[in-house]
Amino acid sequence: MTTLTLRKTPLAQRCETAGGKMVDFHGWLLPVQFAGILAEHKAVRNGAGMFDVSHMGQLMVEGPDAWPFLQYINCNNIKNEPAAGTYSHILTENGTIIDDAIAFCLAADKFLVVVNAACIEEDFNWFTKQAASFNVTVRNESDKWGMIALQGPQAVEKTAALLPQVAALPRFHIMKAELFGAEGYVTRTGYTGEDGVEIMLPAEKIGELWDALLAAGVTPCGLGARDVLRLEAGYLLNGADADQTRTPYEANCGWVVKLAKENFIGKEALAAQKAQGLQERLTGFVLQTAGVPRAGCSVFVNGVQKGVLTSGTYSPLFKGIAVGYLSADVPADSEVEIEIHGKRLPAKVVKPPFYKNRV
Amino acid sequence: MYNQENCRFAATHEWAAKEGELAVVGISNHAQEEISDIVFVDLPKVGTQVKVGQNCCVIESVKSASEIYAPVSGEIVAVNEALNDDPALVNREPHAGGWLFKIKMANPAEMDALLDFAGYQATIQK
Repeated sequence: MTTLTLRKTPLAQRCETAGGKMVDFHGWLLPVQFAGILAEHKAVRNGAGMFDVSHMGQLMVEGPDAWPFLQYINCNNIKNEPAAGTYSHILTENGTIIDDAIAFCLAADKFLVVVNAACIEEDFNWFTKQAASFNVTVRNESDKWGMIALQGPQAVEKTAALLPQVAALPRFHIMKAELFGAEGYVTRTGYTGEDGVEIMLPAEKIGELWDALLAAGVTPCGLGARDVLRLEAGYLLNGADADQTRTPYEANCGWVVKLAKENFIGKEALAAQKAQGLQERLTGFVLQTAGVPRAGCSVFVNGVQKGVLTSGTYSPLFKGIAVGYLSADVPADSEVEIEIHGKRLPAKVVKPPFYKNRV
Repeated sequence: MYNQENCRFAATHEWAAKEGELAVVGISNHAQEEISDIVFVDLPKVGTQVKVGQNCCVIESVKSASEIYAPVSGEIVAVNEALNDDPALVNREPHAGGWLFKIKMANPAEMDALLDFAGYQATIQK
């Protein structure tokens, strides 16, 4: 038997009190669900739900070279107008994905990069190593911040009740916010396919925000609902759909690669891959019968294995949906079979996202 | 209704209720709570021969797949077709409308090896 000490977010106790079923998520104690995944999914698609995302990382990049440095370490063009955010991938020299992140411009010489929890250490070390040839400092502020993602068609109005300026915050932008006597940040971003915000406050203050949102009727939601929502919306789960064996092109994220940029880590490898063409590509699937596709299931075309799923779930909107790497020689609208519990079930190849919303 | 007080239980959370020469099989209330949000039940085929402890059915929730083991040996003689349209019946009525299948018992004495309700309750106490 192994004894693990799980890391707790500043909201762990409140999540448990609110009925959260707590699980080990990459070493963090986090709620997989509260009232139930289906009810939480519905709350986010129709009202407002909140997620404790305090485990996510915040890297603060500051100095005269902050922007050139981020341009070099990201494959996307990082916007350098204050308040603008850019979704991007951070790559190895081989063009494979270390992490996906959002870089927010706070000032010409200061950026906040929000990264995945499981990658904080690796990202920080990678940033620090690459920063050596730039006039820039990188600080890991991940322990300093608590973070709540408030998502759904009513999310902005619920936030605006506490912070009226949020109503005017454009999509993918950041603003400084003072809440409960503390300084933090609000970004109009999320991982659900709905409008919404993500709010960062000092760890010791984030609980007050949780309490206020709960009192305002926001539904607490767990990792289970989050995974269904993000898969419906076609967002990558780093570590599952993307990792250091896959490039952004393979991960169906070619739009984040800006080969026209002067230089960035992984550029040569990506240019070569673009010239050669892909062997495999991340593809969406919709099961045509009852059943639930899961990560690891094999995909067959005319009896030959042509792919493997990396994420799959039951979606209340689309039933069995999945993404996985499929051989690039399989035509776009093919009929395929997914093997689930030893049975091969018919599925359709589709291009994600499954769920297309106004955001 | 298959009142839990009258059912026998496997440590793997299936219940069995004797109905003449048949054993009606379902999952416990504790199991349905743990699984939560059941969205699909992959029922066995009628006519399948099963041995005690054999994996013969899969219950899918949003987040996971759970294998269901035959609590007794015999032949599957009926499955609960209502679950095809309404799998959440297993959540709502685990000991009534949410039964899974019926086994014509090859060896009714196997029922005696299962736990009674009190014995099962003791296994799930934290």
